[in-house]
Formats: sequence, C-alpha cells, structure tokens
Amino acid sequence: MTELASLDEQELVVRLRRGDQRACARLMTWAERNDPRFAVQHRAFCDELGVAQRIGITGPPGAGKSTLVEGLASHWRESDDRKIGVVAVDPTSPFTGGALLGDRVRMSRLVLDPGVFIRSMATRGVFGGLARATDDLADVLDLFGCHSIMVETVGVGQSEVDIARSCDLTLVVLHPGGGDTIQAMKAGLMEVADIYVVNKADMPGVDRLVQELFDVLELREIPEDQQPPILTAVASTGQGVPELAEAIDGMVRDRRDSGRQAERRQDNLERRIRRLVDGRLRHEVWQARGLSDLLHQRLAEGGKLSAYELADEVLDQYQQAAGHPANLLGNISQTDPEDSP
Amino acid sequence: MEQPIRVLVAKPGLDGHDRGAKVVAAALRDAGMEVIYGGLHQTPEAIVQMAVQEDVDAVGLSILSGAHMTLFPKVKEHLNRAGAESILLTGGGIISAGDMDKLEKLGVGQLFGPGSRLADLVDYIEKEVARRRTATRSA
Amino acid sequence: MKTVDTASGDKTQSRPAKFVTWQEAFGAVPQRNAPFETVSCEPVPPLVTEHDVAGLDADTDIGLPGQFPFTRGPYASMYRTRLWTMRQFAGFGSASDTNARFKYLLERGQDGLSVAFDLPTLMGYDADHEHSVGEVGRCGVAVSSLADMETLFDGVPMAEVTTSMTINSPAAIVWAMYLVTAQKQGCKLEQLGGTTQNDILKEYIAQKEYIFPPAPSMRLVVDTMDFAAKHVPRWHPVSISGYHIREAGSTAVQELAFTLADGFAYVEACMERGMDVDSFAPRLSHFFNSHVDFFEEIAKFRAARRIYARRMRDKYGAKSQRSQTLRFHTQTAGCSLTAQQPYNNIVRTTWEALAGVLGGTQSLHTNSMDETFALPTEKAVKIALRTQQLIAYESGVANTIDPLAGSWFVEDLTNRMEQAAEEIFEQIDEMGGVIAAIEKGWFQREIARSAYQYQREVEAGHQVIIGVNHHKEDEQEEEKIDLLEISLDSEREQVARLHKVKSTRSAAKVEESLARIRTDANGSVNLMPAFMQAAEAYVTLGEMTDVLREEFGTYRETPTF
Ligand SMILES: Nc1nc2c(ncn2[C@@H]2O[C@H](COP(=O)(O)OP(=O)(O)OP(=O)(O)O)[C@@H](O)[C@H]2O)c(=O)[nH]1
Ligand SMILES: [Mg+2]
Repeated sequence: MTELASLDEQELVVRLRRGDQRACARLMTWAERNDPRFAVQHRAFCDELGVAQRIGITGPPGAGKSTLVEGLASHWRESDDRKIGVVAVDPTSPFTGGALLGDRVRMSRLVLDPGVFIRSMATRGVFGGLARATDDLADVLDLFGCHSIMVETVGVGQSEVDIARSCDLTLVVLHPGGGDTIQAMKAGLMEVADIYVVNKADMPGVDRLVQELFDVLELREIPEDQQPPILTAVASTGQGVPELAEAIDGMVRDRRDSGRQAERRQDNLERRIRRLVDGRLRHEVWQARGLSDLLHQRLAEGGKLSAYELADEVLDQYQQAAGHPANLLGNISQTDPEDSP
Repeated sequence: MEQPIRVLVAKPGLDGHDRGAKVVAAALRDAGMEVIYGGLHQTPEAIVQMAVQEDVDAVGLSILSGAHMTLFPKVKEHLNRAGAESILLTGGGIISAGDMDKLEKLGVGQLFGPGSRLADLVDYIEKEVARRRTATRSA
Repeated sequence: MKTVDTASGDKTQSRPAKFVTWQEAFGAVPQRNAPFETVSCEPVPPLVTEHDVAGLDADTDIGLPGQFPFTRGPYASMYRTRLWTMRQFAGFGSASDTNARFKYLLERGQDGLSVAFDLPTLMGYDADHEHSVGEVGRCGVAVSSLADMETLFDGVPMAEVTTSMTINSPAAIVWAMYLVTAQKQGCKLEQLGGTTQNDILKEYIAQKEYIFPPAPSMRLVVDTMDFAAKHVPRWHPVSISGYHIREAGSTAVQELAFTLADGFAYVEACMERGMDVDSFAPRLSHFFNSHVDFFEEIAKFRAARRIYARRMRDKYGAKSQRSQTLRFHTQTAGCSLTAQQPYNNIVRTTWEALAGVLGGTQSLHTNSMDETFALPTEKAVKIALRTQQLIAYESGVANTIDPLAGSWFVEDLTNRMEQAAEEIFEQIDEMGGVIAAIEKGWFQREIARSAYQYQREVEAGHQVIIGVNHHKEDEQEEEKIDLLEISLDSEREQVARLHKVKSTRSAAKVEESLARIRTDANGSVNLMPAFMQAAEAYVTLGEMTDVLREEFGTYRETPTF
C-alpha cells in the first residue's frame, strides 16, 4: 500500500469513499488539528453529509457510557448490519497537555469488526472549541458511510454537554449511587436529554433514581408526550439494550417524519457556524495579530490596571490593525462559554 | 503549534503484568502526549486496527512473557500490510540485546529493557516521531 | 503513614532532658544528602525510643510465639523445631523437562515442589489455541490435559512431597487433574499435601490473569475450599497472595492491607455458603513479597499476623488457634532485581530472604540472579537455594525466636503498619467491600499511582538502585551471565502431544463430562467432582474452561491510571 503522506487531499477523500480506514483516520486527524486542507475538502463533500444519525451520549464518569456504546453498536451490527462510527472524547490534562484515552478498552469486542470505526479524542485546547472538532469528526464518519454515529463525552461541563446537544439525539446515561441526578442537574444535563438511560439496573437504588428523575422532570412542566422517556439497562450484560436501540430508532423516525429533525439540524448548523466564526475571530485577535504578546507585555509592566481598560486597549490595537470599525467587544461577549480558551 | 504526539499503548499476548504499560502510559501523558490505552490481552490484528483508526504516531507494546519474538514481528507485519509502516513500533519488556537487534532488522524501533529510564523512552519517541513527521511532510 | 513525628520534636515537652540533648546534638550536625525513606516512599525517623512505643502492651500486643495475637510467630518453637520449607518455584518447557528439574531439586535437598505454569495454561487455553502461539512452555510448564500432569509427576511420590501450584483462574480444573493423577499413582486424597494459589481477587487487583467475572470466580474458589475441607484435609486450597500486588508496584502497606482484605473476603464468602469458620480457616495460607527495605518488611510480616489474629477471632469468631494464626510463604522481590550487574541480585536476595526469616516465614523462595531476563538456569537456582541454606545453617538467626521483638524501631513500625492497614480496611468497607472496590478500579488505581511515584523517584535519584541510577557501568564492562534458552520446538512438541491425547480418548466420555460441567455450572453443586470426572476422561483444560466461559461469561477491566 502507498503511504498516505504522498497522497493529495482529493486522493485521500477518494480512498475514504472506497472504505479505506487509513484515509478516514487521516482526514479525522486533519479535522482535529484544524488543518486548512480539511476545510477545503469539507466544501467539496458537504452536500453528501447528513445521512448518518448522530447520537450524543453523555453522563457522569463511570456511568457505563462506553459499555452502552459497545452494546448498541453490537446490536445494530447484528440487527441490520448497520455501519457504526464512534467518537469517544476524554479530557486533556490541563497541566501537561497530555491525555489518557481509555474508552476503547470497554469497546474491545468491536475492534476487529470492519463495520465499526472508533476514534478517541482528547479535549485538548482544540481550536474553535471541542464541539467544532467532534462535529468535524462525525462528518468524516458520515462521509465514510456510517449509518449511526455515537459521540461519547463525560457530562461534567458545558462544553461536553454542548457536544451531546450538537447531535440529532442526546442520551443521558445515569447510574444509581453517587448523587447522579443532582450532578446531572448541575451540569445542565437535564435540559439536553432526549432519552434518559438509567444504567446498572442490576445495582441497588435503581427505582429510587428513576423516581427522582420523574420528580425532576415533573417540575419542568413539559407536556407529557414530550417528556424524555426513561429507560433502564444493564449495559454490562446487554439487558435493555435492544429496547434502547428500538427507542432511539423510533425517535429518529418520528422526528424525521415530523420535521423536528430538520429543525434541530438547522439550529445546530447555526450554532456551529457561530462557533467557527467565534473561533476564528478569537484566533485572529490573539494569535494572528500577536495581541496575546501585547497583553503579556502589558501585564509584565505591572502596576494596577483595570481589566476593562486593557480589554479596550487590545481591541483598539486590533481594530487599527484590521482596519475595520466593528464593535468587537459586543461580539465577543456573546461567545459560547465553551469557546473560552 | 506542534501537534501532540499520539501513541497507542497496549499489551499483546496473554501476560497480564501491566505495571510497565501503565507507568509508561502515565509518563507519556505527563510528557504531553495523547495516549490511547488499548488494554490487556490484545491480538496483533486488534492492535494494528486500533493504531490505524486512531492514526497514531507510535505504538508502544509491553511484553514480559518472553513471546516478543513472535508478537513484535506479527504486529510489524500487520502494520505493513495495513499501509501503516510509517508508524513507529517501539516497546519494552524482558528482551535480550540479541533479540533487540534481530527485531530492529525487521523494522521495529528501539526497545527498552529492564531498568530503562522513562525519560529516555519519552525522548526517543519525541525525536523519532519528529523525524518521521518531517520525513513524510517533505516526501 | 505520611506523618512521622517520632523524634521530630512535637513531643519534646514530655521527653526527658537526655533526649532533648540528643536532639540538639543531632540537629547540630549536617545530614547526608539522602531522602531517608523506605522503598515504599515512607519517611523513616532518625531514632526511635521507648517513648514512641509507650502505648504498646508487651502482653496483649506482642505476646509470645504460638500465643495470641501471634506477633512473634504462629508456633511456640518456630525454627527450633523445623526450619522453614525451602521451596523453589520451577517449571518451564514441557512436562518432562520440568519433571527432570523436580527430580534434580529433590535430590539436592529441596523439601517441596512448586509448579509454575505457562501463560496459556494460566489463562485456560490449550497449547494449540491461537492465543497460545509463542507462549507455550515459556513462563512455566504447559499442562493441557491429565496426560501432561501424569508426565509432570512421573516417579515423584505424590503422597510424600508437598506441591505448590501457582494457578488461579483455572485452579479448580488443574487441581482436579492433580488429584486424579495422584489417585492413579495409588495415593488417597487425604494423604495429599500442598497448595493451590487459587487467589482470584489479586488477579483482578494486580496480576490481571482473570478469565471469568468476580462472582462465578468466587464460587469456584469456595468450591475448592469446601472440597478440600471435606476430602483433601491436608491441602491449602487458597494462598492469599500479596506477592503480585507488590510486584505490580504497591507499597508495603498496600500489599499488607489489600492481601489481608482479600483473605477476609474469602472467609466471608465461605461463611455465606454456610461453612463453619473453623472448618476451613485452618487451611488458609498467605504469600508475601520480601522487598529490599529490611525493617519495613519485617514489620509488615509481624503486623500481618497480629491483624489477622485479631480479626479472625473478634470479627469472624474463629475459635481454633490454627484459624487465628496467619502462616505464610515468602518470595524475595522479583521487581527489586536488576538486569544491570546481575551478580548484585544475589546480595539483594540474601537480605530479602533474611527479612522473611526474621519475620517468621513458613516457607521461602529465593529468586535467582537471572530472573529479570528469563527463567533461571540451574546454576543460578542452585545459588539461590544455597542462599537459604546459608541463612539457615551459618548465620545463626534461626537459633532464637523472633529476635527483633522489643526493638523500639521494629515495634513502632509494626504498630504503624497495623494502623495504616486498618485505615485501608475502612476505606474498602466504605466502598462496599473488595469486589465493589475492584469493579470501581480502586485497587488498580492505587497501585498504578504507587508504581508511578516510585518510578519517578528512581529517575529523580531519590530512590537509589545500584547499577541502575548509581554506580552504573558501561554495558561492555558488565559481566554477562548465561541465560536459559527455550526453543520453539517444545511448543510444536506440546501441540503434537495434545493432538495425540485428543485422538486416543473416548469421545463419548468427553461429551458426557462436558455436559455435566455445563449443568453443574448452572446449578449450585460443587463443581470439583465434575472437573475430576472430566480430567479422568482426558478432557482438556481448554475444553473445560470454554464451557465455563460460555456459562459464566468473561471479565474485562476498566483501565485506571
Ligand atoms: N454492575 C454494572 N456495571 C456496569 C454496567 N455497565 C457498565 N458497568 C461497569 O461500570 C464501569 C464503567 O463503565 P464504562 O462503560 O467505562 O463507563 P463510562 O461511563 O464510559 O466511563 P467514563 O468514560 O470513564 O466516564 C465498568 O467497570 C463497567 O463494567 C451495568 O449495567 N451494571
Ligand atoms: Mg467511557
């Protein structure tokens, strides 16, 4: 086989369409690194996207998300030979910039199945935010011909929750023990769930957790027929997985038929574009124009400084350099919190 | 900004002594690398499949069972077959200098025996990956 | 165990004037540039006095040998009656190679046999399984069926020697093969003495050679304990092992606490099955590591006996003295050996062995100097055995019982070990017990962190290892030692033998006994009789384990760092 590096972008995409996993993986790498070659290709293949169902899977650490992903993937592989893509996101260490990505171990039964593609991703200071990168990776898997794409993130922060939300459907996985509902509420998971999965139903405390969930949902005063369903499962044995798969597929069908999916995709698209613009602006301000250096320099000078004063100074500099008068401060304050570096 | 190095750390074969693999994984993480942990008892095919999908720069294997002369060549062979010969294959374990030489001739990278320093391993991976990245970029 | 206030000044008020004088004198001189910590990264005080062990009650905390709480030893006369058993672990290549090694060792005065199995056997695979390629006979002997067990013990009087078998996940099956082999030699089950390691909990925690999930694995362990209690009374069905926990990178305290916690989990499992604690506890044995920090190890052994005695009596209601005493095997630390300057390993092993003896071990394996490279050569094994004999007959330490009792330093260290272990037990209880903690990855994470911390200290030079980070020599200068080579031929031969066995046995009997294993696995009867029936029909290890894999499922761990 030829080495990938010697191929040009188009050739890479041709190979990817032919089902070459190396090519698929390399395009993902470009996407993750925000390599300009990816953006070029994206324009060329974007009208082929949107075929796959994107399912976000989030929940507290150790809830059984990866095990559930493995279960769902195996189920779909067997039931209708569906091609499956998985993106598993784990946090980067804020101190060293390194990361340990261990989700694959839980999905080891899928490794040798050519119909499953799994990619691990670190949350590293991805340019343009984490959700920017996961959206792109999912696009690559979509182009690769996956029918269902699952994106696993630990639901601890806003940016992780955002990833889950940028999919067609969001599963929130909880498990009994450890104050999960409270955690979930804090992390904003209650609002994003389309389906709740109470996993580890073999452990004590399941009924109580389900009840707590009902109580919380009741407070939200959503019409009964729009309340997210609560399903129980034992991911480690596969119990409840077929029912969950059925619920997901059913919801996808309903939403497609009712037009809700198109609406959601439209919303997601808007958010995605805003993210890209925000990300680029930030890059423009801080890196491309060297204003990061300016700020450091000013801070090093010491003395008491008003944060507002410095912010104005930075933006003035930027406007001078960019030569356009837009009120950038207004724009930047609207940025998603996830986009802060 | 230089992109983080991605490394797959795994244990092929039946041996479960994962002290070395875990210490190495933690050290590579602390050196700023992204470490995909492939886990225990992996077959050479599975390891290569993971390496391909994850588009890693390097694969690090820990083998303490004495089966290195079977397992390293197999992983290398599968890497080549997958068109992934540019991925650095390295690792460590109880491996004699003679065996290391033989494996090197098959295209396996430097291997680290008992008493090796983590710092040397980190250094080696950093240098070797940088070299390979430049080589492929200019190719 | 992080704070050491001993002699550090907090208690000076109540200290006698002489002590204050010493402290001033001590403070006035510079100290060596060294971290003064154990190999477990625990700080060590410069001096311990009677003041530090003021709370110690010589009667109830230390006592006398053979008396509660057995701090000074499980027996009244210890090595004055019988020295420890010198038991060298052996096993490599084929069953006939190992059989020859056994005979060699027995002729040279070794008392007991110890079998190491190869990885396929440990993982329940036959030699011809695809996962076995390259691993057959490499780390030990391959036993795929009764035929191999028969070869292994050919000409060895099984009723007379005791045999220790290092096997865990498939221990019940391999033990069944051993029992059937002995029966065919004409021995009675009640005559057989020995040990199966059979400690599955430490596999999940440290060694990672597990097959089934924890619940069915525990059932297999309890089945063997129950069967031994009823039919093989001289057998030790479980050897509760800290050795591997330590080798995986734990500290001494973690080794102590995790191992004892595992043991108590087995006790609880048997009691849940309705067994009387005094019916099985007398046959429980332990297996510890002896690492390089001399006093830390001795304190660990002494603390282990005391903790065990107290818990067994007070928590589990054990009445017989044998149920309250912890008896243990020791192996010197494989992980302390270095590939660099391998002859130094003989010296390390010597004082590690000495710590085991001063800690009151019942049996001992001394590592050979070349074990970091491969399986030991005969010459290296002989030196290792001689090391034990030198300690036993020349050093004089075996002449008196527990010579270190009453040493303020050793007693203080023993106390602190016990306290730290109790704290760990509390943490485990809070998590819901050993199995819950395993499933959370707690033990695994604790060990991984200790291992990483130690390695970093070595690289920073805080932990000194001669030949590795101090007094290094160029490779050219280093003495080379001969290594044992294992050819790949033995793998081919083993596979051929296995195929011959398969082609000459009765297929009907094989079917029948596998069906029985399946039925029994799904029921709640003891599985041992089904395994013995299958062993007799030359059903292979892999065939039996596969049925269990289907019925019990397999285990996979969540990695922790
Ligand atoms: N008892 C029980 N354990 C389960 C179940 N599902 C998963 N587990 C266990 O829970 C642990 C965590 O499972 P994972 O699938 O790794 O959970 P996760 O949510 O992906 O974890 P992170 O990615 O680390 O946040 C593992 O030990 C699983 O074996 C279940 O249904 N019952
Ligand atoms: Mg996960």
